[in-house]
Amino acid sequence: MPEWLRLRRAQPIPAEDAAQWTKCPKCSEMIYRPDLAANLWVCTKCQHHFRMHAFDRISMLVDADFTEIGGDLLPGDPLGWTDKVPYPQKLQRDREKSKLTEGVVCGFASIGGFPVALGVMDFNFRGGTMGTVVGERIAQLFERARERRVPCVVFTASGGARMEEGMLALMQMAKTTLAVRRFHDDGGYYISVLTDPTTGGVSASFAFQADVIVAEARASIGFAGRRVIEQTIRQKLPDNFQTAEFLLEKGALDSVVERRDLKPLLMRLLDYGVGAKQASNGHATVTAPTSSESRA
Amino acid sequence: MNVIVEREKGLLELEQRIAALKAQAAQQPVDMGGVIEALEAKYAEIQHEVFGTMTAWQRVNMARHPKRPLGTDYLAALDQFDELHGDRHFHDDHAIVGGFAKLRGRRVMAIAQDKGRDTREKVMRNFGMPAPEGYRKVTRLVALAAHLGLPVVTFIDTNGADPGIGSEERAQAEAIAQALYELADARIPIVATVIGEGGSGGALALGLADRVLMLEHSVYSVASPEGAAAILWGDAARAEEAASRLRLTSDDLLHFGIIDEIVGEPVGGAHRDSAGTVARVLDAVDAALDTLVKVPLADLLDRRYAKFRRIGAPPS
Repeated sequence: MPEWLRLRRAQPIPAEDAAQWTKCPKCSEMIYRPDLAANLWVCTKCQHHFRMHAFDRISMLVDADFTEIGGDLLPGDPLGWTDKVPYPQKLQRDREKSKLTEGVVCGFASIGGFPVALGVMDFNFRGGTMGTVVGERIAQLFERARERRVPCVVFTASGGARMEEGMLALMQMAKTTLAVRRFHDDGGYYISVLTDPTTGGVSASFAFQADVIVAEARASIGFAGRRVIEQTIRQKLPDNFQTAEFLLEKGALDSVVERRDLKPLLMRLLDYGVGAKQASNGHATVTAPTSSESRA
Repeated sequence: MNVIVEREKGLLELEQRIAALKAQAAQQPVDMGGVIEALEAKYAEIQHEVFGTMTAWQRVNMARHPKRPLGTDYLAALDQFDELHGDRHFHDDHAIVGGFAKLRGRRVMAIAQDKGRDTREKVMRNFGMPAPEGYRKVTRLVALAAHLGLPVVTFIDTNGADPGIGSEERAQAEAIAQALYELADARIPIVATVIGEGGSGGALALGLADRVLMLEHSVYSVASPEGAAAILWGDAARAEEAASRLRLTSDDLLHFGIIDEIVGEPVGGAHRDSAGTVARVLDAVDAALDTLVKVPLADLLDRRYAKFRRIGAPPS
């Protein structure tokens, strides 16, 4: 078990973060952090869903252990990018700030007894932007899930493609798409959970390529950024524009859930997708021809 | 203001003067050879100065030159083209034009983005920024092409997908994601060519291909320079600076293994010989298809997977 998961299991939030008060960005309520953590990082007053750290998300979801893959993949600086500070410095700063090595954490775990490949993006690392490492980790996750014949669950949170890696970043949309497609065509079951915010190149690739697409309540979801649209059309957008609820009404999502209902929903969704196959496989001891397709 | 249009003004004036002098010389007994020669030397010098080495920003402007051949110019140069309209759900998006075609005698599905030439056409084509219906048309036509065994050829030229209320309401992200998903496993060869601007995911939705070509002075980037500047520094006016950092020129992208081949342009840009440039692109696409149609299907799909899989992968 990774150290961070053991720590989070031992206490709701790590010691260095504890005993602090946090202000809800929505209703300005001051909340005691352990209370916030105990409430799944949902405001105790207004139900605002805080953006979650990937470690907290994983800790909240998985039954016991989590085996990370691709964690040793670290970004280079392919373009030699410098603006205010060199890109490697930005990465270093985000590593220290977020305790993450990149914008997504991928690995294997079980949720409610169902073995899954799990990917969790984190907005704290360069705004969850997709560069080469995020693309590579996601592609590896789908490839390994395909080999292991387990469903894939991916939590998205992203500002889109990472500018500092230029076209190499954009091409990760193609790479992840190819991996998702192979996984799916080989019988894989993929659930994406769109969390706040899911935009740009991530929403226009693997986020919207799942078999079932769920979003967290009030998450901001779209392709173009809100500011870009406002500048283009030169008018203010309504408050509910690009929210999960807005997209649900437009027919783009399967379901929108409050965070507290998320894990039970995931377990039911996994049961429909995997349980049916397991059940028919059990039956297949009688009807031999399908047993070779067993993927339990 | 387009910096290339500005820079080529002096050259065009000089061209006219040389032509006028030549016409005059033909009618007069006076020998003006020396004068004409001097002017032509001067012309070559300026031309070299203007186009010999171009900055990234100048390339962006060349890619946006008002006279640059557009997507429908390529479609018009095919042996035959029968347009197939619409997404079958909502609308026919004119920023993307596609249909059955014959390219050098070969039956293909041709799909092109087009920004529009004059004001009326620009509005009709939404300045080349496709809405979800455009991408859904792509998905539909690629599926049809695969069903019939027709290779797909695409021509990319967009500043990016349409950023509008309606496009978000109709799930622009989903439309692009599905176009990519369709291309990922389409069981026919795909050749994409960037002919002007390849801006962001809105361009890539036509760019997941077995072979990716690029006109010499076209650009292909993670976001338009204006978009990147807005995202990075909250200031779209710093587009020139963003362009210089994004590595969006054809030689940069060949170096990174993101494109496979550069199709050369005449000195001064594609618009100095539009018909010739279009013909050279079509020849290059035809040559690429010649090779790809011979590849067994399973290998073709494996190579397509590997081609994008290795971009940004750790060295093995």
